[in-house]
Amino acid sequence: MLVGATRGGASVDARDWGWRHSGRRRWAVSELSLRIEPGERILLLGASGSGKSTLLHALAGVLGGDEEGEQRGTLRVNGAEPGNAKGQVGLVLQDPDSQVILARVGDDVAFGCENIGVPRGEIWRRVQDALEMVGLDVPVGHPTSALSGGQKQRLALAGVLAMQPGLLLLDEPTANLDPVGVREVRESVARVLAHTDSTFIVIEHRVEIWKDLVDRVIVLGADGGVLADGSPSDVLLAQGVALTASGVWVPGVPHTLPIRPPRETGQPTLLSTNSLAIARTRDCVVAENIDLEVPEACALLITGPNGAGKSTLALTLAGLLRPAAGRVVASGALAAGAGSDPIRWKSRQLLSRVGTVFQDPEHQFVAGTVRAELAVGPRALGLSDALLHRRVDDLLERLRLDHLAEANPFTLSGGEKRRLSVATVLATQPRLLVLDEPTFGQDFRTWQEIVALLRDLLDAGTAIVAVSHDADFVAAVADREFRVEGRGSKYDLSAVLP
Amino acid sequence: MHATTSSLKQSAPAGATKRNFRWRVVDIVVASVIGVASGVIFLVWNQASNPLSGLLSPLLPGLSALLGGGWLFAGVLGGLIIRKPGAALYTELLAAVVSTLIGNQWGPLTLVSGLVQGLGAELVFALFLYTNYRLYVVLLAGAGAGLAMAINDLVLWYPGSASAFATIYIVSAIISGVVIAGLLSWFAARGLARTGALNRFAAGRIAGRTAI
Amino acid sequence: MSVLTPTRGVRAIDRINPVAKLAAALLLAAVLVLTIDWVSAAVALACEMLLFLWAGLTLRVFLWRTALVWLAAPSTGITTLLYGQASGQEYWSFGLIQVTDGSIDLALATTLRVLAIGLPAVVLFITVDPTDLADGLGQVVHLPARFVLGGLAALRMVGLFIEDWRALGLARRARGVADGAVLRRLGNQTFALLVLSIRRGSKLATAMEARGFGAPIQRTWARSSTFGLREWSLIGIGLMIAVLAVMISVSTGNWNFVFA
Repeated sequence: MLVGATRGGASVDARDWGWRHSGRRRWAVSELSLRIEPGERILLLGASGSGKSTLLHALAGVLGGDEEGEQRGTLRVNGAEPGNAKGQVGLVLQDPDSQVILARVGDDVAFGCENIGVPRGEIWRRVQDALEMVGLDVPVGHPTSALSGGQKQRLALAGVLAMQPGLLLLDEPTANLDPVGVREVRESVARVLAHTDSTFIVIEHRVEIWKDLVDRVIVLGADGGVLADGSPSDVLLAQGVALTASGVWVPGVPHTLPIRPPRETGQPTLLSTNSLAIARTRDCVVAENIDLEVPEACALLITGPNGAGKSTLALTLAGLLRPAAGRVVASGALAAGAGSDPIRWKSRQLLSRVGTVFQDPEHQFVAGTVRAELAVGPRALGLSDALLHRRVDDLLERLRLDHLAEANPFTLSGGEKRRLSVATVLATQPRLLVLDEPTFGQDFRTWQEIVALLRDLLDAGTAIVAVSHDADFVAAVADREFRVEGRGSKYDLSAVLP
Repeated sequence: MHATTSSLKQSAPAGATKRNFRWRVVDIVVASVIGVASGVIFLVWNQASNPLSGLLSPLLPGLSALLGGGWLFAGVLGGLIIRKPGAALYTELLAAVVSTLIGNQWGPLTLVSGLVQGLGAELVFALFLYTNYRLYVVLLAGAGAGLAMAINDLVLWYPGSASAFATIYIVSAIISGVVIAGLLSWFAARGLARTGALNRFAAGRIAGRTAI
Repeated sequence: MSVLTPTRGVRAIDRINPVAKLAAALLLAAVLVLTIDWVSAAVALACEMLLFLWAGLTLRVFLWRTALVWLAAPSTGITTLLYGQASGQEYWSFGLIQVTDGSIDLALATTLRVLAIGLPAVVLFITVDPTDLADGLGQVVHLPARFVLGGLAALRMVGLFIEDWRALGLARRARGVADGAVLRRLGNQTFALLVLSIRRGSKLATAMEARGFGAPIQRTWARSSTFGLREWSLIGIGLMIAVLAVMISVSTGNWNFVFA
């Protein structure tokens, strides 16, 4: 018998429930009343700030006690306070890296069982069953650090299943995964749901992934309470427009941007490579013999499987990583008197030539406020105060960050951080923009904004190199696609057909 | 609002939380992360300190203890952020464990150093009943860690040293503890609070309130 | 590096409970620091060198991993040579520096002692798997499980810290702030790393709590940590080396108690 089949689904009861984090004025969730029957499968939607995650955390009993916030009304899992129901509720979170607890796969899955006092012999039976159920076919001694993002999420799922929870909660489990990882996780969850009668609640911006696995959709209102509640088709029909506006990817609602045909070739080349070999750290070459060209006012999209070296290539083109062999050559127009090897440029010289937007925006924040963050580049370039302020104010408005000018960059939401990271680079007006997974984990609204912004930049003559797994994004902005297949691979340099 | 039955207290003003000395899971894990991150910084420091102390020693013997702060900040920072009994001791000790496991010149005695140095900072925080984390207390905790380090080093590593050396060593260690372990940790904690990274801690909510 | 990747070999030394390795190394160190004389340190070092032959390390790995000890030992010795307690004939003096018969003896003893304490620890700890150590500390030594496992989970993040550190460095170059002012940049980068690691730590805490970590239930252990003949033998060897070193040192009249 497989794991999870032994315990029935749990019920959830919320009555006028609310939660406010310590030190905040605003209630994260308020006036929430709902009832979930044992065994129901639910997709939980809502605008950012509607408290979806807070609700899931509360159900899992991980919100913290009095010290961390105050509660109103009641919240019950199977009639009991969630905090006392440990082991009965399993929660999988968004970030794969922060959920791996131990160094080996088997130990990691066993961790939850140990904590709830399952006897040793029983633990290893459950570990085997759980790994089988999520389809993670690696030895129990396999190092967890060697797993891909999708595998890590399935590992987290297995760790939760081994505790045989009656309530299974997934908080944006695929937001940080590439398409392959998303598929893996979805298949695993489908198998789990087919074998257990656990109650299931998932939060996700991309409705498409879960639509067929759930029988009920609940939409939380931005100002508290439940906005809509019903079968997936009914709710999506009634709320589709409002959900789309709040950033949810609703199936069948395409983006509203015009189709953009790929630009004809024939623009002057800004940057090119010459038998380039790339390596993240010395001696660790991931791809070689790369010859490519980045023309002015064109977007080159770097695609390919995980670990093939896409990010490494982008960072090498951006003059941040040293080529392992071969060269990156900047044209005279791009170099503007600074020599033809970007890696030899000074940090300051990069600013007006190549701007890089990192996959994780937090890596590139260096200042204490949003305004100061935007001023870092222009100041390093030695712009006059008047010009600097004009540029900063301009960007604050253009990227809808003006109300956050004095906030600390680290305190922004995911979408705001992404917009700020793009804005900091635009502040120095580089000729070439390099972006690593710019749409990763973004909601529909931010996605459209980024695409629109990049198209404007292309029209204004900026060249773009972007790494992306996101097929929609590639289709929306690419003029050329360059596929990295890993070592010794061949790539094709053709225009992408719309 | 018509809040109904609730087992928790109903409407205390946000932010006014009761002082609770029991360690929550997040206290343990974040203290551990601070300890491990500090341990990694120790590794860099273990290697850098040899040539640096070679430069300092000829100036005045015992001056090399000025570098000691590089091994003392872990406990002060941990105590300052976590604000629970034993936090300074635990983070400093864990940092020492990481340094030992990866390997350094002092072997298992690193653990003794970690224990003693952590205790130095811990005692100061305890003296203020784990309720006062103003700048002067943090500086004192740094001084406590420095003094503890000096005593430990003089007994374990420089047992035959002359009293002039010992005096300079102790004074240098305390100065280093105050400046590097105390002052820098204080600034770091204040900066961290502003980034929202400490939102789940009293330390973050008090210092970072203006930002929310 | 065993902290970063799990290492669990099949040789005897790999399978000894890490708690025993820690105990043996600590025991030896505790005895050796009681005295400051070259005889006890030299005897211990000689015995250890013989045992290292069985530790299963190639010379290259041995030297690479213990390099820091070999560097630190003479530098600690030189400090003592210059500033150690003066006695006997003086050979050179300059300001506070006094090189005398006494300080030469002390310097030699200190150098050997650092080697005798540092080398076996490195050799023993190379083969320590952090998970095994945590199991031992929790089940054999009975330290509080929450702290042992919290520390272990944090240890796993070292790899992520290193990746973050690299990305932070590249990002600073991209932001135009990597020219000059090395100290300031390192300070800024260290701070950013601290922010990222504490955030990761908070998320990890939630993930652990969601798996019942910290629940008021008696936890079980999936892996057993045993302490038997092999472990006691290792501690016995450590004790024998310590006793031998003390006996020879005392009988040759070199014993020099540090607290005397």
